[in-house]
Amino acid sequence: MNIYKRSGKATLLLATGLAAAVSLTAGIANAADEVVMAVPTFLTGAGAPAFGVPARNGAELIIEAINKGTLPAPYDKSGKGLAGRQIKALIYDESGGGAKQVTEFRNKVQKQGVDLFVGYISSGTCAAITPVAEELKMLTIFPICGTPRIFEEINTKPKYVFRTMGHATADGVAEALYVKANMPNVKGYTGINQNYAWGQDSWRDFDLAMKQLMPSVPASEKAQWPKIFSGQYGAEISALMLSKEKLVHSSLWGGDLEAFIFQGSARGLFRKKQLLFSVADTSVYRLGKKAPAGAILGARGPYGIFAANVDTPLNNWFRKVYLDRYSVPPVGGSYQAAQGVLAAKYAYDKAAAANGGKFPSKDQVIAALEGATYQGIAAKVHMNRSNGHQAATKHMIGVLQWDKEKGEPIMTKVTEFAPDCVMPPSGINGTEWLKGGMKGAKC
Amino acid sequence: MRYVDKTVIGLSIAFVVLVFADFFMAEWMRFIGLQSLARGAVALGLLVLWRTGLVSFGHALYFGFGAYTAAMLTLIGFHDAFFLVFAGTLSAGVLAFLLGFLLRRYRAIFFALLNMAFSMILYGVIVKTEELGSTDGFSLGPPTFLGYAPEGEAVQTALFLFTLVFTYIVTVGVHLYMKTTLGSMSMAVRENEIRVEYLGYSAEKVIHVKYVFSGLVAGFGGAIIALAIGQVDPDSMANWTVSGEFVFITILSGIGNVGATYIGALVFELIRTYAFEYAPQVWQFILGGSLLAIIMFLPDGIWSLFSRFRKSEG
Amino acid sequence: MQELIVILVDGLVFSSYLFMVAVGLTVIFGVMKILNVTHGSFYAFGAYMSATLIGAYYETDLPEFGGFLAIFAAALIIGVFFGVVLERCLLRFLYHRDEHIIVLATFAMFLVLEDVLLMIWGTDPYYAFEPMALLGSVDIVELTFDVYSLTLIGLAGVVCLGLWLGLTKTKWGKLLLAVIFDREISQAMGINVTVVFTATFVIGAIMGALGGAYIAPTISVSPGIGVEVIVLAFAVVVIGGMGSIPGALIGSLLVGISRAAAVHKFPEIELFVIYAIMALVLAIRPEGLFAPAQARKI
Repeated sequence: MNIYKRSGKATLLLATGLAAAVSLTAGIANAADEVVMAVPTFLTGAGAPAFGVPARNGAELIIEAINKGTLPAPYDKSGKGLAGRQIKALIYDESGGGAKQVTEFRNKVQKQGVDLFVGYISSGTCAAITPVAEELKMLTIFPICGTPRIFEEINTKPKYVFRTMGHATADGVAEALYVKANMPNVKGYTGINQNYAWGQDSWRDFDLAMKQLMPSVPASEKAQWPKIFSGQYGAEISALMLSKEKLVHSSLWGGDLEAFIFQGSARGLFRKKQLLFSVADTSVYRLGKKAPAGAILGARGPYGIFAANVDTPLNNWFRKVYLDRYSVPPVGGSYQAAQGVLAAKYAYDKAAAANGGKFPSKDQVIAALEGATYQGIAAKVHMNRSNGHQAATKHMIGVLQWDKEKGEPIMTKVTEFAPDCVMPPSGINGTEWLKGGMKGAKC
Repeated sequence: MRYVDKTVIGLSIAFVVLVFADFFMAEWMRFIGLQSLARGAVALGLLVLWRTGLVSFGHALYFGFGAYTAAMLTLIGFHDAFFLVFAGTLSAGVLAFLLGFLLRRYRAIFFALLNMAFSMILYGVIVKTEELGSTDGFSLGPPTFLGYAPEGEAVQTALFLFTLVFTYIVTVGVHLYMKTTLGSMSMAVRENEIRVEYLGYSAEKVIHVKYVFSGLVAGFGGAIIALAIGQVDPDSMANWTVSGEFVFITILSGIGNVGATYIGALVFELIRTYAFEYAPQVWQFILGGSLLAIIMFLPDGIWSLFSRFRKSEG
Repeated sequence: MQELIVILVDGLVFSSYLFMVAVGLTVIFGVMKILNVTHGSFYAFGAYMSATLIGAYYETDLPEFGGFLAIFAAALIIGVFFGVVLERCLLRFLYHRDEHIIVLATFAMFLVLEDVLLMIWGTDPYYAFEPMALLGSVDIVELTFDVYSLTLIGLAGVVCLGLWLGLTKTKWGKLLLAVIFDREISQAMGINVTVVFTATFVIGAIMGALGGAYIAPTISVSPGIGVEVIVLAFAVVVIGGMGSIPGALIGSLLVGISRAAAVHKFPEIELFVIYAIMALVLAIRPEGLFAPAQARKI
């Protein structure tokens, strides 16, 4: 078999080629007067329409406005760019799982000379990126991903990684508080959550919070766990309609949520049961009249539809330019991504000011952001958890209705929760905090 | 010196060059190199199987099993790379040994798909296990090397060296094994199994041995990737698309030479890296397009380019 | 009793869905011995095309029930176009190669088409709920069901019966069976295998597209729907026996009804139902429940 033989010369050739390839060092050719910001977000796959693309749009708008210096107050006096330098944005796809994203993170840092990251939507990617970001000493701002594990387990003393919104525990607490206040006579609750990390965490936190706040109200033993992206909910809807519990908790999002709503509406599910959707704001504008009026809704904080009536120059500007350009109003992901980019704007400018107007070093930027309170698009962001790296913001829950006059969905019966009411205090694990009776919550 | 042929010499030179390069490489390049070594090792296992005419669409099963075994051991306090990689490799090998009794009876597309079915079962189990982070997976800290605990960039440098040594040994071992009687039997099984049996060899045993080997190296690759990335999750470790990537690399490399799998893996990583960089919205298009082009125009894989070069020279 | 009937109805609906999703895959495998990963793209393109046509149709003042025609038109357009193009321009160059190379080629084509889909339709989802809204709902054992989903049972029945009759009662079907049994001898006997292959692939593609097109009104047609279908269809086909149409039917029923029972009784294990059945079948009868016998060639 001659294919096994005579390959020595070729192997030698290969060795030389490899040696040549590896001796190339990273050729970074970014201009000195710009800041390279990598923005990973879902551009393909199921995460794109619900979170990825709205997040990209939100980030894009803010980056452009920062570069042109057209942001309204309170960012109108700080000049163009980040501490005077233009942002060069590298927007790329987050699809493909943790391993691929870690590889890509290293590529972006070492090959393309990225100065900071603002992005990542999936909790799985954030969890994979955190250790690498710390290892490579790369300023990384997570604007969206929800898992509390980032700073509770993976890195309890972060230096380079920040998250600029509240984590998933806050969602569960706010939902349970809302139920307690508005449905005091509820007899029990069940749920339909996708069988993957986000769905499992959402149900666990809501369930734990309910057990503390309404200990006499039992959870159903038959909460539904459809496979993620299954899209067919016939049997689940039957089971929910036959269950005795009135309240149904659901963290479905995107295509799954919309399919569930179509199939549920056709069968009258939403007339029979009180639904509580923890992230359904991503779909309400798109669904329009098809969105189930009367459902309790969250947006993981004061974002998207909850910010529709916030009358500040920044929010009015954001909603207007977003609607003009993308012909839909901004949703949660758009706000959250924009909020992440604003953290960079705030930190660079503040650090430059403290540095006598000169462009700040990375450590100075980090010091400026640690523990800071800055203005997001529609709410104040308090970076006051996990050594000043984890944000707390207020949280909002309400009931969805259709406004006939305006012809758009609106939120009614909205309750606002203070940041310290729904987020666990610094230094305690969210699950333990819930199990221990949410000590130190200031509501 | 009947064991030293040109492939062994070539591999040894590549090994020495890479050992030195390890200390000078750009970090991103080393990371891609490390992944190429690990994935190339998995592809090597598939290559061995392929020589008997079998292709598995489910080796993410062993890759994921090795990765998760290594990662779970860190949860109970083991951090030594030697131990973790050994355990990951061995556990995948044991699994392959057990499933091998069933799988060795099947050929062609049925063999390919049964493997895929088993890998999907593992995927389902991981997704359902909340203790292991479900789809988010979980992280493992940096490994130590027999008491040496590097930090920062040194972790990757050490891990690269570690991986390089083991892949070198395995690759040369496979090459030499292929030259033994049992090793040569694989081509015979591929061509005509029944005739092999008339010669007094058990085709099923030949296949079983190769299957266990492919499981071992896939587990090895998985454990290395888990350590390199510091995170395991089912979508990058055990999903069917991961198995597809391994077959992709194998076909990219071609059947010609054991060293080719590493080049195949490197080319794969580079295509993906540059597609991500220059065409973030159509990287799947580019990946799929390159694969199609290779299937259509380079039926014997990249290695055939080297062979052509040699022919034109001679 | 009520629960039992509900499980049965839910199970039948889901089985029909599975059957529609899997049948195209099994037809192509049965005749051509190709595991066609591009099947997922046919499904996705069928769904997008259907949503687009339905949307366009209801912009006009034509009678409401005509919207259903849009579904079948979408399946035909996509199936014929992609079927012919893929078979004639790609697969026929690969027939002499190893089976797994062909699988990988269809996998590559799937990756390419995923992005083509995004280029044509973008990332925003498409809705086409009109046909579902049109049919309304019906009460069975005091529980409301939507009629559209129930019609899926009928469609699956018609497709299954049509394929069965076509295969066993027509001349063309008998030619097909001959090709399935032995490709080379059929060719020697004068059957035009090339035409049979193209026709089979087109029919398989139409089936795949029809699955997507018919499901489109009940879902949000958005990126990523193709990937999910591949795994599901693959599992059903493995359980039933690769390439067997009765196998696909039994496999769908087995998985569909077990899954509905799990959802009602033990929702925690729903995720595992399909894997568990697959593992069980593989352990006992790895070639699938209805696999055709294989000749051993010396």
